[in-house]
Amino acid sequence: MDTSATTSAKNKRTRIILLAAAVMMFGFAYYVLVPMYNVLCSAFGLNGKPNLTQVAAADDVDMTRTVKVQFIATNNSQVPWKFYPKVRQVSLHPGENKRVAYFGENFSATAMTVQAIPSITPARAAKYLKKTECFCFRQQTLASHKHMDMPILFHLDPALPKDIKTITLSYTLFDTTSITHPLKRPQGRLSG
Amino acid sequence: MGATNKKGLAAWFERWVFSTNHKDIGSLYLIFAGVMFFTAGIMALLIRYELFEPGHRLLDPNTFNSMTTMHGLIMVFGFMMPFFTGLANWQIPMMIGAPDMAFPRMNNWSFWILPFAGILLVSTLFMQGGAPNFGWTMYAPLSTTYGPKSTDFLIFAIHILGISSIMGSINIIATILNMRAPGMKLMNMPIFVWTWLVTAYLMLAVMPVLAGAVTMLLTDRHFGTSFFNAAGGGDPVMFQHIFWFFGHPEVYILILPAFGVVSEVVPAFSRKRLFGYDFMVYAIVAIAVIGFVVWAHHMFTTGISLAAELFFMYTTSIIAVPTGIKVFNWMATMWRGSISFETPMLFTLAFIFQFTMGGFTGLMCSVAPADYQYHDTYFVVAHFHYVLVPGATFAIFSSLYYWVPKWTGHMYCEKIGQLHFWLSVIGVNLCFFPMHFVGLAGMPRRIPDYSLQFTTFNQAASIGAMIFGFSQLLLIYNMWYAVAGKGKKVSSQVWEGARGLEWTLSSPPPHHSFDKPPILKFD
Amino acid sequence: MRSVQKWFIGVVVTVASLLTSLAHAQLKYNMSPGVTPLSRDIFDLHMIIFWICVAIGVLVYGVLIYSLVKFRKSKGAKAASFHDNTRIEIIWTIIPCLILILLEIPSTKTLIHMSNTDDAEVNVLVTGYQWKWKYEYLDQGISFFSNLATTQDQINGKQPKSPWYLLEVDHPLVLPVGKKIRFIVTANDVIHSWWVPELGVKRDAIPGFVHESWAKIEKPGIYRGQCTELCGVGHGYMPIVVDAKPQQEYDKWVKQQQASKAAAAGAADKQWTRDELMEKGKTVYGKICAVCHMPNGAGMPPAFPALKGSAIALGPASKHIDIVLHGKSGSAMQAFGEQLDDAEIAAVVTYEREAWGNDAKGDKEKVIQPSQIKDAR
Repeated sequence: MDTSATTSAKNKRTRIILLAAAVMMFGFAYYVLVPMYNVLCSAFGLNGKPNLTQVAAADDVDMTRTVKVQFIATNNSQVPWKFYPKVRQVSLHPGENKRVAYFGENFSATAMTVQAIPSITPARAAKYLKKTECFCFRQQTLASHKHMDMPILFHLDPALPKDIKTITLSYTLFDTTSITHPLKRPQGRLSG
Repeated sequence: MGATNKKGLAAWFERWVFSTNHKDIGSLYLIFAGVMFFTAGIMALLIRYELFEPGHRLLDPNTFNSMTTMHGLIMVFGFMMPFFTGLANWQIPMMIGAPDMAFPRMNNWSFWILPFAGILLVSTLFMQGGAPNFGWTMYAPLSTTYGPKSTDFLIFAIHILGISSIMGSINIIATILNMRAPGMKLMNMPIFVWTWLVTAYLMLAVMPVLAGAVTMLLTDRHFGTSFFNAAGGGDPVMFQHIFWFFGHPEVYILILPAFGVVSEVVPAFSRKRLFGYDFMVYAIVAIAVIGFVVWAHHMFTTGISLAAELFFMYTTSIIAVPTGIKVFNWMATMWRGSISFETPMLFTLAFIFQFTMGGFTGLMCSVAPADYQYHDTYFVVAHFHYVLVPGATFAIFSSLYYWVPKWTGHMYCEKIGQLHFWLSVIGVNLCFFPMHFVGLAGMPRRIPDYSLQFTTFNQAASIGAMIFGFSQLLLIYNMWYAVAGKGKKVSSQVWEGARGLEWTLSSPPPHHSFDKPPILKFD
Repeated sequence: MRSVQKWFIGVVVTVASLLTSLAHAQLKYNMSPGVTPLSRDIFDLHMIIFWICVAIGVLVYGVLIYSLVKFRKSKGAKAASFHDNTRIEIIWTIIPCLILILLEIPSTKTLIHMSNTDDAEVNVLVTGYQWKWKYEYLDQGISFFSNLATTQDQINGKQPKSPWYLLEVDHPLVLPVGKKIRFIVTANDVIHSWWVPELGVKRDAIPGFVHESWAKIEKPGIYRGQCTELCGVGHGYMPIVVDAKPQQEYDKWVKQQQASKAAAAGAADKQWTRDELMEKGKTVYGKICAVCHMPNGAGMPPAFPALKGSAIALGPASKHIDIVLHGKSGSAMQAFGEQLDDAEIAAVVTYEREAWGNDAKGDKEKVIQPSQIKDAR
């Protein structure tokens, strides 16, 4: 039988351990879960989550094959913008740098900030599409009834599997004007 | 029943609300589960009424969606899980020769927070904007950006239910591991206790995951996070991954105790020991372990990669092997036994037949390419209802008929029991079997109205549901019959072929099951 | 007792109708083999595994029934005492494993075949909206919305139901036969799922993400499907109709579409009468708005507010037009500017301001012309 002193010391330790575990669980969900999911997705090519890191332009071109890249745009219906790719598709060699642009025009009566979310199909091609420059790296703001061209400079990694001949790159516009962040989340994932 | 000098209401209050007795708390669990069973059952009948023929009948589409959502949630969290926990409370101390549960006060608490969760859940039906209407799976963003206000109540109800389940399972694990009668090794335990030991570990592992998932829904709804919102860099599919990481083991939480019941009843009425005890235990553990790596088979059509699809297809089909072992062992137990057909055995036999049916469709669904056609159709509705209603719920009925005479000291009415059985079997099969057909013919699930070609089978299903639903009134009558002492008195050995420590106690058993540890003999 | 009698009669009548319809053999009770290589592969797999299950079922149920008949206590059966046999346990572990391995070979092959979307000749972007589908032909520049064509009156039983009740749309997806068609599937608001059983295609539409699927239709015809992921109130009301045409007819259709796009632009400049607007408005309202705001304008408050006597419908026209064009942020009200043309929006706004007694109250500006919409865009 423990004396009451050692029992209460033991209880205290248990309490601290449990509390720490609870805090760690929250921390895991809040800080680790989403980045971990993203890492897993891009490693295994799940769900077409594209590589969002900015890379240097390519210089090694694989002239032996040509890949078709299609561009599509989805406009979340809450966003009264006109938004479409200026070029619907391009053919290029892996390693070749290409510049294309999307057109955006704000039709609402107020200035709006939007975030374009990219997605790629087939999903396993996602990690081979590298962007040097992209409007999706940061949020875009347009005043009422103003328009602009939104450029992407990208290339395909020459390591792209040989059987992938068509890649579709999609951008969906989401309204982020009103999104407030009472609990400011780390922004690194989007702007990185 | 503490020796108090209080009388009337005060005594009644102290007996039930402050109870730390495993039998009292077990009874409370069972009553709560019963109330929830009928609540969600009425919703099911409303759904079937709406679907009796094409066209708008009674429920508007929004209410219809609320009904399917609440039916699922209440049946899973309000009926099945509390019922089996109640059964564990009653049976485990008696089966392992213990006086009570390991943590009687926590036991009290883990029950008494349940009614609050239940009220929170049911109260959403009366809220402005309606009850949750996005399916029990709560997929984002339908439950976040587009969810009704009552969603927050649902989230907190799930938190409370989760806490209750976690405390319940800690209690059960501690009881089983520490309070067995001297000499009873793990591999001597009754198989029902084994199923619960594994189930309790499953609950401990996955209930926090569910709590985490719904907390993320909550912060996405109100605190500006975007776990499941692509606009902020999140991913709606991540919710499905987390949910089904909970959801698939949850299926085994619901079915393993049912396996336990069946493994007790089959030997008792075959008057022969359970065949292949060791392999039964291995199979339970194998099902539980493999159950953790199959979750994405609920998501074959979401666009997961080919490699992931192959992986989850292979793991899912492997589950069929240990499940098959269980069925084969039950068959071998009956082989060359001396079988009699009292109500508990009838329900258990129906379980084996019908659960196997659900197993077959489960195997079909595990084949990923075919699942592209089955997914989210009535074929899947038929599949999981076959596992959970003619399966697990029949095991629940069986367990009640099997142990209620022991608990009350009085027999139920055998004639009514048989009538209840036959009406239930006819009703349940008429209800769910045609769903295979409409599913294959192309009827999606969760739709409030359907095209004309599906009418005939839906009518059959609705009639079956009504028969099954109303025949449960016989169950209430029969339970009342035993509890009120209408039936003939029973001896301690209620059933001729039953084995186990609970049958050495008087019927009804003393309030504290085993004051002195029983002397055990194992061969 | 009367109600019991009624029930009994009801059951008898239904069972009788069940049997007669079974006798007519019109009842569909199995998966369709479909009209694409994939759907046929899937069907074959389905049948293989079905017959495997039947075989195992016959064995298991046979043994079970045999034991139940043979070893009954009432017939004097005495229980044996064996309860263990490792050899037989191992046998019934290994045999199912072997069956499974055999089964996984064709499944794996089909799955690999399914994921190969290369060399598609037609690319269609499918976008799920609450509660309609949008189709965009990426190479032809054609794009349109496809709405449920079944009327609210049919749903509410005020009109007889058409043979394709809930499975008919205003603009079917027209596709050529014999070409590899790639579907790129995404969603606008919540998760939907695009399913046409006869094409063997089911793909979840997830907002912010694109996924793909393919089909090569071998037979001209009309193929119907539905949304298969719960997506809200109108989940049961967003069917899919695919009209597969031979190449020449398909080419003709493409030309027609491209021409009619130019023609629609002219409609905005015409002056419309009140009756013309009301008639068109009623149709548009029934198709688009009635799901949430109900045919009688009563809505389903508070999620879906009433339009009858509402501040918007009785208030200034410019505000009313704005909310229809651009939606209401943070609510289920979508922006319809992209989905409807000027004439349709003018008509539906006019209808909402005139119907259900709204004409007698509120703001005076009731009749809206398409030109006003054009200016407001």
